[in-house]
Amino acid sequence: MSTPALATPETDIGWNLPERGPVGMYCLIAAEAAIFTIFVVAYIFYIGKSATGPQPKDVLSVPIFFTICLLSSSLTIHFALKLLRSGKVLSFALWWLLTIVLGAAFLAGTASEWRHLIYDEGLTIQTNLFGTTYYSLVGLHAFHVTVGLLALATVLIFTFLGDVNKQHAERVEVLSMYWHFVDVVWVVVFFVVYIVGR
Amino acid sequence: MSTESIAWPTSGTATRRPFVEQLHEWVSTVDHKRLGVLYILYALAFLLVGGVEATILRIQLIRPLNHFVSPQVFNRMFTMHGTTMIFFVAMPVLFGFANYLVPLMIGARDMAFPRLNAFSFWMTAFGGLLLYYSFIGGDGLYGAGNAPDVGWFAYAPLTSKTFSRGHSTDFWTLSLLVSGFGSIGTAINIITTVVCMRCKGMTLGKMPLLVWLNLVMAVLVVLAVSPLTAAQIMLLVDRYLGGHFFDTQAGGSAVMWMHFFWVFGHPEVYVLVIPAFGFASEIIPVFSRKAIFGYPVMVAATVCIAFIGMSVWAHHMFTVGMSSNANTFFVLSTMAIAVPTGIKIFNWLATMWGGQIHFKTPMLFCTAFLFQFLIAGLTGIMLGSAPFDWQLGNSYFVIAHFHYVIVGGILFTLFGAFYYWFPKISGRMYNERLGKLHFWLFTIGFHLTFDFMHIPGILGMPRRIYTYEPGRGWDIWNLIVTIGVFFQAAGVLVFLGNLLWSYFRGVLAGSDPWDAWTLEWSTTSPPPVYNFAKIPEVASRRPLWDLKHPEDPDWHYE
Repeated sequence: MSTPALATPETDIGWNLPERGPVGMYCLIAAEAAIFTIFVVAYIFYIGKSATGPQPKDVLSVPIFFTICLLSSSLTIHFALKLLRSGKVLSFALWWLLTIVLGAAFLAGTASEWRHLIYDEGLTIQTNLFGTTYYSLVGLHAFHVTVGLLALATVLIFTFLGDVNKQHAERVEVLSMYWHFVDVVWVVVFFVVYIVGR
Repeated sequence: MSTESIAWPTSGTATRRPFVEQLHEWVSTVDHKRLGVLYILYALAFLLVGGVEATILRIQLIRPLNHFVSPQVFNRMFTMHGTTMIFFVAMPVLFGFANYLVPLMIGARDMAFPRLNAFSFWMTAFGGLLLYYSFIGGDGLYGAGNAPDVGWFAYAPLTSKTFSRGHSTDFWTLSLLVSGFGSIGTAINIITTVVCMRCKGMTLGKMPLLVWLNLVMAVLVVLAVSPLTAAQIMLLVDRYLGGHFFDTQAGGSAVMWMHFFWVFGHPEVYVLVIPAFGFASEIIPVFSRKAIFGYPVMVAATVCIAFIGMSVWAHHMFTVGMSSNANTFFVLSTMAIAVPTGIKIFNWLATMWGGQIHFKTPMLFCTAFLFQFLIAGLTGIMLGSAPFDWQLGNSYFVIAHFHYVIVGGILFTLFGAFYYWFPKISGRMYNERLGKLHFWLFTIGFHLTFDFMHIPGILGMPRRIYTYEPGRGWDIWNLIVTIGVFFQAAGVLVFLGNLLWSYFRGVLAGSDPWDAWTLEWSTTSPPPVYNFAKIPEVASRRPLWDLKHPEDPDWHYE
C-alpha cells in the first residue's frame, strides 16, 4: 500500500482543524433551529385565525419570573464552565446544580401555566387553532428543556461520582452550547407567543 | 474510531468464519465503509421494490380502460413508488457513497462520529421497514392490510383522519419522521467529518469536488429535512391529538402543508442531484485524462445552487393560486438557478474538450447524463414559468420532467459511480461488456419511456389517473412509455447480475485501476479497516498525480 509521501511546497505547514464536538453541535443547532422556525412560522401565520375562543389575550399572562429563571441559567452554566476550566470541581458542581434548579423551575412554571389553561380556561390542544399552535410550540421547547435537564443531570451525577474534572471542560462546553440554544429559542418563543401573539 | 479488529473478507483466500459471526460484525459495525456498503445494498433492495411498483403502474396504463389493478391499488402503488424511490433509494444510496468515499478522499480513518453513523443508518433502515409494514398493518383493526394512498407529497386535507381512515397514513408519516432523523444525523456527521477530519495539507480549496459537493448536500439536508420533520410532527399532532394545523374547517390551512412540504421538497431535489454532480465531477476528468475545468467556479456554482435552491419551493404550487408577487418571485428565482447549473454543464464539457476520452461504462453514463440533464433543465425552465405551469401543472409533462432529472440525471451518474468505484469497494473489476449492455438497454429504455411521456402530458393527460378512455390521442404514447419500462428493467437486471458475477468472478482490480488522482485510490482495494496505514499529506487537488509525476506536480499551478 502506497501512501502519498510528498515533497510539499511549503514544508511543515501548521495544521489545526476545529474540534469535532462544537462543530457537530453547531450543525445540530442549525437543524433544530430549522424545526423551530417552521413551528414559529405556523404560530405567527395562525395568530387570530381561531374560529372559536379562548383567544390568547383572554387567557395568557406573561411568565416574567420563569423567563428570568431560564435566561439566568445561561449565566450560571457559563460560570460553572469557567470554574471547571480552572479545576474547581466543587464550585462547578454547585453552579451546575443551580443551573438545573433554574431550568427545573422554568419547567414547573410551564406546567402550572398549562394546568391553569387546561383546568381553569378549558384550552386544550384540540380546542382551537390557538391551542394547537400554542401547545405545540411551547411544548416543543419544553421538550428540549427536559432533554437538556436530563443531560445536565447526567453530568451532575458523574461529577458527584468524581468522574468529572478539568480535562472534561471541552465536552461539557458542548452541552452548554445546547443549553444556550434552548434559552435563545425561548427568547423567540416568548416574543412571538406572549408579545406579538397577545 | 472503529474498535473493530476484523479485517475485510479478502474474497476467496480468507478462511470462512461462521455466518452468525459475520452477520454480527455487519450488524454491529461502526466502520464507515461497511455502513456505506449497508446503505448501498439497502437502497438496491428498495430500488427493486420501487421498480416493481413503477412497473405495475405502467402495466395498468399500457392501454385504455385496463383492469390490471384496481384504482385503490393504483393509488397505493404511486404513493409507495414515490416515497420509496426518494426516501429509501435515492437518499440512502447517496449517503452510502458519501459514507464510503468522503473519509477516504480526505485521508481520514473514519467519519467524525462513527456510532452516530451506525445509528443514522439503522434509523433509515427501520424507517423503510416501517413504511412497508403498512401493507400488513395499515388498516389496523379495521381489516386487511393497506398501504398509504395519499401521494408522496400527502396534501392536506387528504391526510386527515376523516379522509385517511386506518393507520396507513400514520405509517407514512412515522416512517418519514424516523428516517428523517437518520438523514439529519448523517448530514451532521458528513459536515463535521469534512470540517474536522481532513488530512494535513487538504485545505478547503484542495478538497476533491465530490467532497465539496457532499458537504453542500449535507448542509442542505440539515436545512431542508428538518422542516419536513417539523411538518410530520404537526401532522401527527393533527391525527393523534386532534390538532387543527391543516384542518380547514377550524381555520387551519391546507396550503400551509404545501409550503412546509415543498420547503423540504424542492431543496430535496438538490440534495439528490448535488452528490450526482459530485460523481460526474470525479468521473469525467479521470476518463478525459484532464484536471477538472474551473474548480473554484464549480464550487461557487454549487454553493450558489444550494442557496438559490432554498428559495424556489413554491414553483411547485403555481396552480394553487398564489399572489402575483409570489408567482413573480418564484418564477425569477427558478430561472436564476439555471445560471449556476449551466455553468456546471459548460465546465464538464470544457473538461472533456481536448481530452483523451475513454468511453468506459462510467464515462458513458456520465456523457448521457450531460445530455439528459440539459433537457431536464430545459423542461424545468418551461415549467418554471407560471403561465406555462398553469397549463401543464399536474400533467404527465411534469412527471416526464422530474423523472428526466431523477432518472436521466441522478440515476445515470449513480450507475456511473457504481461502475467507477466498484473495483475499490469489492477489489474486483466489473464486466465491461455487461456494463455496456446495461448502458444501452437502460438508455434506450429511458428515452422510450421518458421522451414520449412528455407528449400525453402536452395532450392533457393528468398524473395519478388509474386509467383513461380510448380516442384521446394518449393510447400510442402510453404504449411506448410502458414498453420502455421493460428495457429499463432488463438493464437493471443486467446491472445487478454484473455486480454479483463480478463480486465473485471479476478480475482482481488492484488499488488504482483507472490511473486516478484522488486519495481513495492510494490504498488497497478494498481498503483496510483503518483506511491508511499512514495518514497521507497532500499539496494539491490531485495528490496521486503529484505522486506519479514528481517532475510536474499540480501544486506548481494551483
